[in-house]
Amino acid sequence: MRRTGLVLLVGLAVVGAGIVLATVRVNPYFYFAGYVILQYVVIATAWNILGGYAGYVNFGTPAFFALGAYTAVVLIQWVRAPLPVLLLAGGLVSALLGLGIGYLTLRLRGVFFSIATLALSIVLQTMIMNWDYVGGSRGLSVLRPSGPPFGNYVVFLFTVMVALAVAAVTVARFIERSWIGRGLAALRDNEEAAECMGVPTLRLKLFATTVSGFLLGVAGAPFPYYVTFVEPNSAFAIDYAVNALAMPMIGGTTSWIGPVIGAVLLGTAQQLATVTISSEMNLFIVGVVLVAFVVLAPEGILGLVRKLRGL
Amino acid sequence: MFSWDLLANAVVAGLLLGGFYAAVSLGISLIFGLLDIANIAQPAFVILGSYSAYAMNDAYGLDPILTGILFTPAFYVLGALVYRVYYGSFERRGDESLRGLVFFFGVLFIIEVSLSLKYGVDYRLVQTGYLGKSIDLGGVGIAFRYLVPCGVGVAMTAALYLFLGRTFYGRAIMAVSQDQAALRLMGADPVQIKTIAFGVGIAASSLAGALLISIAPVIPSTDRDYIGRMFAITVLGGMGSIGGTLVAAVILGVVESLMATFFGPSWSLAVSFGILLMALAVRPAGLFGR
Amino acid sequence: MNRTRALIGVVVATLVLVAAVGLIPVARAADPIRIGLGMALTGGLSANGKPALLAMQIWKDEVNKKGGLLGRPVELIYYDDQTNPSTVPGIYTKLLDVDKVDLVVSGYGTNLIAPLMPIAMERKLTVIGIFGLANNEKYKYPNYFQISPTGPDPATSTATGFFELAAKQTPRPQTVAIVGADAEYPQTALVGAREIIKRFGFKTVYDKTYPPSTVDYTPIVRAIKATNPDILFVASYPPDSVGMLRASHEVGLQPKIMGGGMVGLQFTTIMQSMGSKLNGIVNYDYWVPESTMMFPGIQEFFKEYQPRAAKEGVDTLGYYLPPYAYAAMQVLGQAVEATRGLDQQKIADHIRSHEFSTIVGKVKFGKNGEWAKGRTLMVQYQKVQDGNIEQFRQPGKKPVLYPDELKSGNIIYPYSAALK
Repeated sequence: MRRTGLVLLVGLAVVGAGIVLATVRVNPYFYFAGYVILQYVVIATAWNILGGYAGYVNFGTPAFFALGAYTAVVLIQWVRAPLPVLLLAGGLVSALLGLGIGYLTLRLRGVFFSIATLALSIVLQTMIMNWDYVGGSRGLSVLRPSGPPFGNYVVFLFTVMVALAVAAVTVARFIERSWIGRGLAALRDNEEAAECMGVPTLRLKLFATTVSGFLLGVAGAPFPYYVTFVEPNSAFAIDYAVNALAMPMIGGTTSWIGPVIGAVLLGTAQQLATVTISSEMNLFIVGVVLVAFVVLAPEGILGLVRKLRGL
Repeated sequence: MFSWDLLANAVVAGLLLGGFYAAVSLGISLIFGLLDIANIAQPAFVILGSYSAYAMNDAYGLDPILTGILFTPAFYVLGALVYRVYYGSFERRGDESLRGLVFFFGVLFIIEVSLSLKYGVDYRLVQTGYLGKSIDLGGVGIAFRYLVPCGVGVAMTAALYLFLGRTFYGRAIMAVSQDQAALRLMGADPVQIKTIAFGVGIAASSLAGALLISIAPVIPSTDRDYIGRMFAITVLGGMGSIGGTLVAAVILGVVESLMATFFGPSWSLAVSFGILLMALAVRPAGLFGR
Repeated sequence: MNRTRALIGVVVATLVLVAAVGLIPVARAADPIRIGLGMALTGGLSANGKPALLAMQIWKDEVNKKGGLLGRPVELIYYDDQTNPSTVPGIYTKLLDVDKVDLVVSGYGTNLIAPLMPIAMERKLTVIGIFGLANNEKYKYPNYFQISPTGPDPATSTATGFFELAAKQTPRPQTVAIVGADAEYPQTALVGAREIIKRFGFKTVYDKTYPPSTVDYTPIVRAIKATNPDILFVASYPPDSVGMLRASHEVGLQPKIMGGGMVGLQFTTIMQSMGSKLNGIVNYDYWVPESTMMFPGIQEFFKEYQPRAAKEGVDTLGYYLPPYAYAAMQVLGQAVEATRGLDQQKIADHIRSHEFSTIVGKVKFGKNGEWAKGRTLMVQYQKVQDGNIEQFRQPGKKPVLYPDELKSGNIIYPYSAALK
């Protein structure tokens, strides 16, 4: 219990640091780049709950993320709902999607599950493209609310994302260390054996897809206010799918720390590359990094650390 | 607005489209269907094939299909190499799904960027004598632009089917997908067999790419449109079934065609993938899966 | 504990790295005027974005050769927005707060300009938009100006010319089929088309859209043919423009007038490949080498642009977007010189109240920063031969049919007559 208390304290401290940063107002660019990196911390952590802990590789991350974003768009257009409502609603709708896809893929293992999530992403994108209320394929401009805390809306979103990142990581850590985490690990290693041992694999799988979906939706909900223009191609971009896979892999999938490391490293690298190299080479470097990590450090950075420790 | 004429044409167009889809999906059917390797970079190899066809067509006026056939050995070697790198880096089962996906995404990006660095971002097409023509069979119009790729696609499917069923290496590939230990006991090296299979799968994309650029203009990122379709067709047809791939490809083609003709094309993709989702929910093994 | 240490180590190292690299501004010459922008150098719009950037660089080089702006050298600082709107806020913040640019220009395309608007309004920047469709309609920001000849009603700009031409023909065509891709520009063009169709009183017999990744356009074209339309208006992006055109030839679809908003048929590689298949198509365009379009400076621009484009591997003729990107910089430069400074508001006021001479003609801005008078051309492909790109450098292959003040040829009507 003391450990948990300590962790909560650390989490609060991080959030506090975020608020301090927001008040202090360093160079504005920091908040924009920081927002994206923190968003990826949430995405990577969320993905890892299903992918790393349970072993179900979700290839349709864009669907969950975009659904959170578009739920927010609907609520903004309809009733100008405040941000906390957007976060909750986005999370809940994506959680429902997670639950749904969990049920639909009850008997699917391994790569079949991944293909199903890919199909889901395409179906959802087509639906959004044909829905004029949220802009359809033309996209929709979203006006940020006036009078934000900290004076600037993006700075405010930055602190919100800090809090969300801390929350996501806390949830992941809790799951990892609880009986749920052990059950998911058993599920990952050998689903049939786990079932024979009495592990409630079905319920755990549904739990993982729902929680993962919830967090992904929460990550997407503030997106309309950040980018102020939402359109299906960029909301459902393959970048989210790739990064959601790559960041936990680079960091290490076995622990909550891995996705954070991966998101911070790869996310920062991508942000920097956008404003320095800024050309096709960006994508080339991402490709090389991915291949290099798979070949040289398949267990991610955590795996490397473990190996070095073993030496 | 319904008419038998429209229906007949839609079905035929769908069949032709399906033949083409089969050609494009054959590599994945082999690599993913039989070897269980989620090669997400397959469409990038197909686009690579498209660009080789373009380069030869632009420089020497070579027919794209000829180029596709000529470059098959080169693509085979490339595929074998890629597989060796992939194989050399995995150590234990369980994680390879994730690792494989990440690895192949990396390969996909590397190929895409290399192509745009070399050829730029303008749309590329090929010129041939026969592509603009079409024939009329009793009210049903058939464009060569689709007939030829369909024919080649069916021929490729048949060739691969015969290869897998009748030749030693083909049967070894089928064996390695079912029981590696038994194969080893029979004296064949599973890694070598899988290398051959992967190589053949990539080799198929040389010709598939040539067909693609015969039908539509390409840019390096055109591959992303096909990721979903390829996997959907393979899964729907049944993992490990080459014939199933053809059937699934034709089903997808006909569904797309009928949707586009009678209901409005906006939903054709969603319908195709919706069918896939339902199939996965009801019968994950696919139509002809093992 | 080691894992936590690893995490902390990584986070600290990253923060240091970010601070070090991210906050190092771009190196610069002595006291230059810095103009910053994001541009689509990769992704779906890069086929136009790269030529546009090249045109802007040509402008910069020429201005610097003549001594710069206000006697100071001009520097262009640009980043790739990857045709992804979510990169835009970050890019422009870096430009403004780290690279400390003096002026900004937008990226190319409605989707990439949209995220810039709130930033511009918040920081009271004057923004010149490059080829966005109605970006300012919702915001009505007074300091936004659009470089694109679409005019005061951007959504209907393509349809107006097309349907006006149709309405003028005798006998007057009655039925219309409209079709387009599920994507930004085509959707806007279709909305405009529906409005114009109502205005002219045509009867719509087909109105559907298709997903952009469609491979086979034959079923769509057959369905259209079954409705036997007099007029066919297509709003498409390059792959589908090619697909629809090829399919219509294979199926034998011959309405009396066909075309409208087909993006891509203006691109060099596509014009070269499609050749005579283009004949008869009445399509929108922005610049063609006709006598009525030879504005001062345009020939010199192409002399400079075309060799450089060939070297950089971008659209070699450059007849579509590049002159307008260059003109955007001309407007900005002239405003800076006229107001003798870099004051955003003064520049905006000057742009709003003056007419500019650019290489695409006289430009005057009206409501919402759009051009006071629309000038989207309607051209028709006539007597185009196969496999010859040089023919497009000469007048006569794409005469301007609309608007009247730029007309340089007559329409061949009906469509089938142009196919012979």
